[in-house]
Amino acid sequence: MAGGDELKLLGFWGSPFVLRARLALSFKGLSYEYVEEDLKNKSELLLQSNPVHKKVPVLIHNGKPVCETQVIVQYLDEVYGANGRPSLLPVDPYDRAMARFWAAYIDDKLLSSLMMMSMGKTEEEKAEGRKQSSGAVETLEGALKECSKGKPFFGGDSVGYVDVVLGGFVAWVRIIDRMTGLKIFDSSKTPILAAWLERFGSLDAAKAVMPDVQRLVELSKMRQV
Amino acid sequence: MAGEKKQGLQLLDFWVSPFGQRCRIALDEKGLSYEYLEQDLANKSELLLRANPVHKKIPVLLHAGRPVCESLIIVQYLDEAFPATPALLPAGDPYARAQARFWADYVDKKLYDCGTRLWKLKGDGHAQARTEMVEILRTLEGALGEGRFFGGEAFGFVDVALVPFTSWFLTYERFGDLSVEKECPKLAAWAKRCAERPSVAKNLYPPEKVYEFICGLKKRFGIE
Repeated sequence: MAGGDELKLLGFWGSPFVLRARLALSFKGLSYEYVEEDLKNKSELLLQSNPVHKKVPVLIHNGKPVCETQVIVQYLDEVYGANGRPSLLPVDPYDRAMARFWAAYIDDKLLSSLMMMSMGKTEEEKAEGRKQSSGAVETLEGALKECSKGKPFFGGDSVGYVDVVLGGFVAWVRIIDRMTGLKIFDSSKTPILAAWLERFGSLDAAKAVMPDVQRLVELSKMRQV
Repeated sequence: MAGEKKQGLQLLDFWVSPFGQRCRIALDEKGLSYEYLEQDLANKSELLLRANPVHKKIPVLLHAGRPVCESLIIVQYLDEAFPATPALLPAGDPYARAQARFWADYVDKKLYDCGTRLWKLKGDGHAQARTEMVEILRTLEGALGEGRFFGGEAFGFVDVALVPFTSWFLTYERFGDLSVEKECPKLAAWAKRCAERPSVAKNLYPPEKVYEFICGLKKRFGIE
């Protein structure tokens, strides 16, 4: 690492988006200063670094802010793409387009349905969320089969972009499972994803940044009140 | 055309779609020939359903038969698959690229949805949409800064992402009772500058036509 190369991440321990950024940093073996934000009392640094959305995560590289998780992950991949650091996005342009497509799908469909399912205001909304998330998970099972081609990750032999993007939800999936008694990545319905969840969660680079599930359960309960 | 067959590019699209127009503009900026295939969205073709089974939406780019979906993903793909053509994302500058991706994402997250609420809703919902629209346009003007284009001197990724919506400004103005020229003169000037580019002039429809299209939709959905 070049002298004076400073990485800082503004985050919140309970955010799956922050977790994604941390997973990317972890898998690329990058050191950084982590700054925990109080989202009810956002710091000057956060408000100045992300005046448009005022949200975490924000990556600050040598004083310059990068916002939006997928933008951050691609930035890290481009800046730290050499010197033996693992690349998250594949090399081939078509494979890159597929990775971006599935990453967008995860945010577009999986996230929104999981949120509807766990935080819906009515029973109907929650049921609709369950239905939609079930569909999204099935589609992702197909995606994993296609992208991995029998290998352990979306990225193939090693963790890639889509693994990191979905990885941000690993803790969330576990708490929703715990709180609803349902299994989002059910090994009988989506065996490849269920196996991926276990495998990804057990990687050292993932364990190093994964938030405590029990703590997340308590946070989630607080939010529902 | 010989170029078409060699590159094997096809675009499944719908004439008024700003997302489709992004792809058309990118292809033209890069001097890439392609076959344009207008889709009937009320009666989707087998080709579209096979090419985009997940979302069943346009635009879809087919390159030698392989589909790429989602307009900004298509534009980035064109940059990466055809590196000898003029780059839309700033080459060799990861920070500038991150900024470009951020602002293109902002356009995606905010503009279309707000615009839709502006012509669909009434009462409080409409008032809220109007306030948001002004804020979105002002924020974009702030991002433009003093540059000729969003990336500075060169027409690039964010310009491609936003420019199709300039045909929708008239619609936003009429439904929102606002003036882009008055609220955001720099943005209005940028829109005029972009309109001088052949790729933009060729691929955008006159604002009146977009307005007519939206009025037609309103009638069809029984929105008064």
